[in-house]
Amino acid sequence: MPAFWHWFVAAGTIVFTIWCIWLVGWSAKQGPANVADDDLVGHKWDGDLEEWNNPAPKWWLYLYFITIAWAVGYMIAFPSFGNYEGMLGWSQEGQYEAEMQAATETYEPIYEKFAAMDFMALTQNDEAQALGRSLFASYCTTCHGSDARGAPGYPNLTDDDWQWGSAEAEIFQTIYNGRMAAMPVLTPALGGDQGIDNMVRYVRSLSGGDANAGAMSAKPMFVALCSACHGVDGKGNKIFGAPNLTDDIWLYGGSAESVRETLVKGRNGVMPAHGELFGDNRTKILAAYVYSLSQN
Amino acid sequence: MRHETIEKSLNLMMVLIVVAISIGGLVEIVPLMMSSDATEPDEGISVYSPLRLAGRDVYIREGCYNCHSQMIRPFRSETERYGPYTTAGETVYDRPFQFGSKRTGPDLARVGGRYSDDWQRLHLMDPRALVPESNMPAYPWLADNVIDPDLVTAKVKALQMLGDPYTDEQLAGAAAAVEGRTELDALVAYLQGLGTNRKNRR
Repeated sequence: MPAFWHWFVAAGTIVFTIWCIWLVGWSAKQGPANVADDDLVGHKWDGDLEEWNNPAPKWWLYLYFITIAWAVGYMIAFPSFGNYEGMLGWSQEGQYEAEMQAATETYEPIYEKFAAMDFMALTQNDEAQALGRSLFASYCTTCHGSDARGAPGYPNLTDDDWQWGSAEAEIFQTIYNGRMAAMPVLTPALGGDQGIDNMVRYVRSLSGGDANAGAMSAKPMFVALCSACHGVDGKGNKIFGAPNLTDDIWLYGGSAESVRETLVKGRNGVMPAHGELFGDNRTKILAAYVYSLSQN
Repeated sequence: MRHETIEKSLNLMMVLIVVAISIGGLVEIVPLMMSSDATEPDEGISVYSPLRLAGRDVYIREGCYNCHSQMIRPFRSETERYGPYTTAGETVYDRPFQFGSKRTGPDLARVGGRYSDDWQRLHLMDPRALVPESNMPAYPWLADNVIDPDLVTAKVKALQMLGDPYTDEQLAGAAAAVEGRTELDALVAYLQGLGTNRKNRR
């Protein structure tokens, strides 16, 4: 704070404190000595209810002085005058840093312990699972649901079907750096409504839907357009986050309308990055918890 | 002068009340308004793009601040959940700031990038489609309302006059930047930018 404003605050605080002391004293001087026994203010209600002009009780007056004395002590102990730092050396940042330091000392050894453990052992460790459960409840449920079963567009984490892979490094990567999937708009390539309908039927046939001649006519198109990500057999590819199309698990819904929308409008699923928020150790604990969700 | 004199003169009492309650403001608020800590932007903080500016006004119009704060206080319980605490230098281009005073929903100061654009869209259209427990209202009309480019140009111009460092190119391009965009686009852009241009994110 510039020097002028430092002195402005300091002078303001001191002058107005003194003024408060004077004000209370001045008001009190007009106390009992100046008030006659029959000094009524002149209001009268209900015939005989009158108001006396008595001074405030002494204990009340002393309370004012006690609060002022408290304020003076407070001003000396804490930063009160511009750049004055206070005798206790307290600051908002300092209090926060101390709080964080204490938490780090308490919790970091726990995280360190789990960081050193094997991933599969973590999925079986009750304490790590409890930590993972509370992390999941705080950060993941808004998209994946409190039961981890997801929502249209947000994967079900309990079904052991993994868009981006289920290895430790893959789940860690998904949580830490996030993921971006890109299903392109295929309308121009599919050749009109009939072409789209055929492709919808073909894609749905991969997971057991009825295939007709039209659907089978879309197969070469599938190989040409879709297999780069989903594979010739439609089993997907975790490198691109391309879902397996043969397992009847649908990220955006498996109805003909949903599949059609996916083809016509494209899909751009995003898993946001959480590494900055969690750090390495907590990401690992959470990854182990997420993995365990699908193993029951 | 006796106290009675003050008590019986309405005008004198009003003047003295104004003097008394101004003191706290003079000593606590005025110096901060003059202090560079509170008036200079932090590193990485820039003015709102025209689309985000429009989104910010949708945020205010719909009363989002009634349930969502945008101020993470310097307590561990807050920074663990929401990210680093809010600084004055982050909010210098907020006129007025959106600190808020009530959290029916979560703090939004660093919500940018926390969810995908699609999530934000779907969530504004129908919160319970994604979060069954949510009691947030749906805002389906945002998808139908189109932003008025002339109004956004006027807003950028006004902020430029107030001293926000919008360049003349930004002013000239403001209308084109929001042309044909809906209020939903603008609000999502605003939300996705919250807290993201600060350099020292955790």
